[in-house]
Amino acid sequence: MKFGVVVFPGSNCDHDAWYATTQNLGQQAEFLWHHSEDLKGADAIILPGGFSYGDYLRCGAIARFSPIMNAVRRFAQEGGPVMGFCNGFQILCEAGLLPGALLRNAGMKFICRPVELEVGTTNSPFTNALTSGQRLTVPIAHGEGCYQAEESVLDQLEAEDRVAFRYVDNPNGSARSIAGILSAGRNVLGMMPHPERATDPLMGSTDGRLIFDSLISAYALTSK
Amino acid sequence: MSLTLQEVSAHRLTWSEYEKIISLLGREPTFTELGIFGVMWSEHCSYKSSRIHLRKLPSRSKLVLVGPGENAGIIDIGDNVAIAFKIESHNHPSFIEPFQGAATGVGGILRDIFTMGARPIAVMDALRFGKLDNSETGQRNKRIVQGVVSGISHYGNCFGVPTVGGECVFESCYDGNPLVNVFALGVFKHDEIFFGRATGVGNPVIYVGAKTGRDGIHGASMASEEFSEESKDKRPNVQVGDPFMEKLLLEACLEVMKTGAVVGIQDMGAAGLTCSTCEMGSRAGTGVEIDLKYVPQRETGMTPYEIMLSESQERMLLVAEKGREQEVFDVFHKWGLDAAVVGVVTDDGMLRVRNHGEIVAELSNRALADEAPLYDRPYTKPHRTVPMEAPAFASTDLTGDLTRLLASSDVCSKAWIWDQYDWMVRTNTTQGPGSDAAIVRIKETDSSIAMALDGNGRYCYLDPREGAKLIVAECCRNLSTSGALPIAATNNLNFGNPERPEIMAQLVEAIEGIAEACTFFETPITGGNVSLYNETLGEAIYPTPVMGIVGILKTAAPIPMQFAQPDRDIVLLGGLGASDETHFGGTQYAKVILDTLWGLPPQLDMDYEKRVQAAMREIAQAGLAESAHDLSDGGLAVALAEASFRGIGAHVKVETTLRPELALFHEGPSRILVSTASPGQVREIAEKYGVAADVIGKTTVGQLTIGEWVDCSIAQLQRPWKTALEEALH
Repeated sequence: MKFGVVVFPGSNCDHDAWYATTQNLGQQAEFLWHHSEDLKGADAIILPGGFSYGDYLRCGAIARFSPIMNAVRRFAQEGGPVMGFCNGFQILCEAGLLPGALLRNAGMKFICRPVELEVGTTNSPFTNALTSGQRLTVPIAHGEGCYQAEESVLDQLEAEDRVAFRYVDNPNGSARSIAGILSAGRNVLGMMPHPERATDPLMGSTDGRLIFDSLISAYALTSK
Repeated sequence: MSLTLQEVSAHRLTWSEYEKIISLLGREPTFTELGIFGVMWSEHCSYKSSRIHLRKLPSRSKLVLVGPGENAGIIDIGDNVAIAFKIESHNHPSFIEPFQGAATGVGGILRDIFTMGARPIAVMDALRFGKLDNSETGQRNKRIVQGVVSGISHYGNCFGVPTVGGECVFESCYDGNPLVNVFALGVFKHDEIFFGRATGVGNPVIYVGAKTGRDGIHGASMASEEFSEESKDKRPNVQVGDPFMEKLLLEACLEVMKTGAVVGIQDMGAAGLTCSTCEMGSRAGTGVEIDLKYVPQRETGMTPYEIMLSESQERMLLVAEKGREQEVFDVFHKWGLDAAVVGVVTDDGMLRVRNHGEIVAELSNRALADEAPLYDRPYTKPHRTVPMEAPAFASTDLTGDLTRLLASSDVCSKAWIWDQYDWMVRTNTTQGPGSDAAIVRIKETDSSIAMALDGNGRYCYLDPREGAKLIVAECCRNLSTSGALPIAATNNLNFGNPERPEIMAQLVEAIEGIAEACTFFETPITGGNVSLYNETLGEAIYPTPVMGIVGILKTAAPIPMQFAQPDRDIVLLGGLGASDETHFGGTQYAKVILDTLWGLPPQLDMDYEKRVQAAMREIAQAGLAESAHDLSDGGLAVALAEASFRGIGAHVKVETTLRPELALFHEGPSRILVSTASPGQVREIAEKYGVAADVIGKTTVGQLTIGEWVDCSIAQLQRPWKTALEEALH
């Protein structure tokens, strides 16, 4: 399977995503420059963490206007899998591919540490290899990860089984402890934690692999 | 026009230095030239008070590829891979404007690393703050802590370099003078090394990165004076950092280096355009001629003086091969950055600065960079005002003492700080903050790099020479405890006013102590930084040399600090150690429980220390240690408690003739706690090196018991340790 890792100016987890998918998971990956609209034949897109365009104005607010996002939007509309981690999640919300917004952490400080997540749904290409309620240890590293949306949107996310992950011990004040959500089409995943940092035994946890493994096996099924 | 004494001293130059300038030039300098000399000959840029003593430091080994004098030292780690690293201070700016001061401290040292071609992969910080109490000063100190930590967090996180460790100490001597020392380390291949040299007459000199503004003018001279009541007025001297710009500059610089069009490159740090032009020319033995009209400017109406002295951040100067300018422009424009030819390399050895054609400065590069004054300042006995004799003391509650020590600001958990740092980005951190040493793996090799920062101002105040040796020993011990072999060092010398002979004596003694220990432990010093004039209203800080030592580790999996399994033997490698009341006066116990300072630092036997460390590395490599933690602040009792914080405790018996306070809390070096399932094999290795390896007890679950003296649940010890810093900051 081939991953396309988008590189915005200020992306800084792009190489980590590349390393996780190629070296830890044995897949192919290519970097996609923000100024291009060419997805280079990727089967799945990763919007990596970082501080795209310095995150001035608002996290992800400028990145959504870059040419590559036109291509990513079309790719998602056609059902292609798109994953946004951390800053990538913020960009997906700003771009309207996912509902809601990420605000400043409740404690007003940047937080970096491994946290426990609970799987909200197994009904998606990113979570099908997991079991409902399963707990994963995955790191977070963000200053603006407090997920917020209107009550009706939150209700809808829950009614449609689109909460992919919840924090076991909510670190940032996110509404309903939401750590990651799915699009209505279930092919776009946004999450604040960094699964690409939990794919290598040396990094302390390999729970993030399960998310990639889900996608890789879902892809194997559809491409048969 | 003749310059006045007032104008000269406003540039922190003495009248005799001014006369030296006149004799070098054969005429009076222009105002712009005076400004250039002022920064280049400042203590900060010229090391005029310390250079003569810095020569005593060892700087060579077969692994040293590049030693002192360049932007960073470079060490060969095998597999055609090299590391570049250095430590630098940003003390003065961090007091005036904590957030930006600390942030630009990170930015500056990162540029030193990537200007050499290395990609930064780790940052650490050594921080010193005043006391956190409820006095007005204490409240100000809390704001400084919060500002400094968020400044480091802001810059490092956005740039995308992990802040993997460091250390933080609180003492009243830092009330008016916090220390912010930032260490950075980068990695590259041997053939990717670049130097700050303006070679090739006729080659274009290209300015890249952020535009020049009026920020930071005189930053270097500010860092070379003491603080007074008026220091707050210096706020405009503090630079403003933009980590996003720096990230773009990093990527663009590494990319442009790959084109082959770059012959030399240097960052614009202290003294900005001035320092980068004359240093690049001086190193290459060439001249550099620039015209300021080509310098990208953020503000209008800037004078030549301001442009030359601006310390605007995120700028680089590079020299490219003539005819390949466009390749350079293409890369920088891709990253959305300015790049402009501002001048040319010449053959006359002069720094010639024009403004729209008119010459505003014409100085010899060598005069500026290499002929700065060199002072052999007088020194007497190191300054100290505390007694040699111990006061009377007798503890009635040793468990209570241990709990208080664990909750003290120096010993307590620093998670409040490092939670704010992204210590994992780049997915190399195999051992993060809160460990004896931080470890990052080097991808595509079998090696990892271990690194630690240490600096004990209390020890050095009591005896600068022995204190400095203890710091080197501890820093190396931190690495060895992780199984890593210490290979090279950088140092940051933070001292008071060198014009005071008793302060100069501290500096000289400490340098000689470092030289002796670094020679003995085979960790040459490849570069570093000296920060003097750390005084406020005539009150100097403790002499605070900070060592940053790096080591190499051939196995990937690190050894945890905490006990991992119950019912294992606990070996105290190196033995209980010796102490007496005189050598107990610099301990955390003396500070926290007795609130005083006396006597001498702990005694160090360097030869024994080296053998303990060698034994530890062999134990680690043989896979015999399930956990390992070195003894330092708070001695044996604190080390046992810290090792228990994963919930596995210890039941320990101490057979000693020492009085209990000393047995539990003395800080004698050369000691490491190891838990193991194979005590016999550990002993064998220890015997081979002739060091003690006493089995002092066994690991248990949930409880720490030390003889008749301490008996407490782990949870009860851990809670205050965990929350103390956050509580102290509120």
